Formats: sequence, C-alpha cells, structure tokens
Amino acid sequence: MPLFMLNLFFAAVFTLLLGSTSISVFLVGFVLGYGVLWVSSPLYPDTRYFTKLPKTLNLTVFFLKELAISSLRVSWDVITPRHINRPGIIGVPLTARTNLEIFLVANLVSLTPGTLSVDLSEDKKTLFVHVMFLEDIDKTRADIKNGLERRILEVMR
Amino acid sequence: MIEYLSGIVLVLGSLFCLVAALGVIRMPDTLTRMHAVTKAGSLGAGLVVLAHALFHQHPGIFLRAVSIIALLLLTAPVAAHIIARASYRSNIPLSERTWVDELNKK
Repeated sequence: MPLFMLNLFFAAVFTLLLGSTSISVFLVGFVLGYGVLWVSSPLYPDTRYFTKLPKTLNLTVFFLKELAISSLRVSWDVITPRHINRPGIIGVPLTARTNLEIFLVANLVSLTPGTLSVDLSEDKKTLFVHVMFLEDIDKTRADIKNGLERRILEVMR
Repeated sequence: MIEYLSGIVLVLGSLFCLVAALGVIRMPDTLTRMHAVTKAGSLGAGLVVLAHALFHQHPGIFLRAVSIIALLLLTAPVAAHIIARASYRSNIPLSERTWVDELNKK
C-alpha cells in the first residue's frame, strides 16, 4: 500500500499547488498521480496496486448497484399490499478463509439483494443466508459465490 | 442546480427511511423485517447525508459525510446479523411463506 500513500501525497501536492480546497481538484490530482505512477510502473515490479485499485473500484460500484436494486425490491414488497416475498434460508459454502474475508462476505451479503446472513456454521465453512425472494436455490447460491464472494476475494488476495 | 439535485436526493433518502419504518410494521416475521431495516434504512440515511454534502460543497462536510456513510455501511449489517441470529436461535417462528430452511436440517 505505500504506492497508495504516494498517490494520495501526489493528489495533496496537486491540490496545494493549485491553491484550492475543493474535493474535485483533489480527485483530479489523484487520477493524474495514478497515471504518473502507472507510467512508471516498471519501477515497482512486485506491487499489486495497479490490479487492486480497479478491482476495489469494481467491487464498490457493483456493491452500490446491488444496494440500490435490493432497496427498490424490498421497498416494493413493503409498499404493495400483496406480498411477493418467498423467503428461505440457504447454506452457501464459503471459499473465504480468514476472519476478515468472512466478515466482509457476511457484511456485504447482508447489504445486497434481499439477502441477510443469519448464521455461520461451527467450522466456518458455510454461511447461512436468509433470502427474501428465493426462486431457485442453486442459482441464488451461485450468484452469491460468483458475484459477491469472488469479487471480495479478488480484492483481498 | 445543485440545490435541486440535493433536494431530490434528500427527498429520496427520506422516502427510503419511511419505507424502512413501514417495513417494520408490514413484514411478516423478524428476518424479513431486518431486510427492510438494513437495506432501505442504510440507503435512506446514506442519501440524506449525501444530500447534505452535495448542498454545502465543503471539504470538511464532505469528509464527514463519507465517514458517516462508511460507518453506517459497516455497522448496520453487523447489528442486523446479530438480531437475526438471536431471533433464529431463540426459535421465533418464521413466516409461513418460508419454504426452505437449510439451517434447520443441520
């Protein structure tokens, strides 16, 4: 992560040189600094900064999109008089191993489409998820594994 | 222009908070209620804070808004998870629409 610090430093210097205090100038400085670091990337052979930052952004955008969609769906079920929910609890086998990875998966699962993590098995290998609109068990399970968990592991590993 | 934008975001956020509150009353069981509260609630509160940051256009307020949203997104699901787990463990009945329960089989 030292490259990230360096990048933040570039952005701060850029902001100070322009004598500005606005966030947008800082962001422009960050993007420019990222470009500069990227051009000089042969200097840092064993950093994963250049693959990790886009993946983190990818996860953030994916997550915000899912959050919006899930909120709309849940809201729809709350507002309309007839319930469309078909809740169920399914077990999702985890590839995540460390506590931090499991924490992130469980946390983001709770915040995405109609899913809420209820319990973790004793051996930390299965996460039990309460799904609000459960139509196809295997599809939902695959969605969580390939959508959310894969993206989190890409960032963490 | 930015006034209108932040106004729209503010109203949207309040609507989501309202829906979250309604969800607590309308949903059939504890687990589905937690869905309404964590999702609609955190999005609603997040949008209200975001509207504030958009309106003021001030770095200090912006940073504070970002940290509030980050803390909200970190803590809301943890609380929801603990409440859901506690309610499941104490055998509070699930709604009759629940059709799979793999946790029970174990």
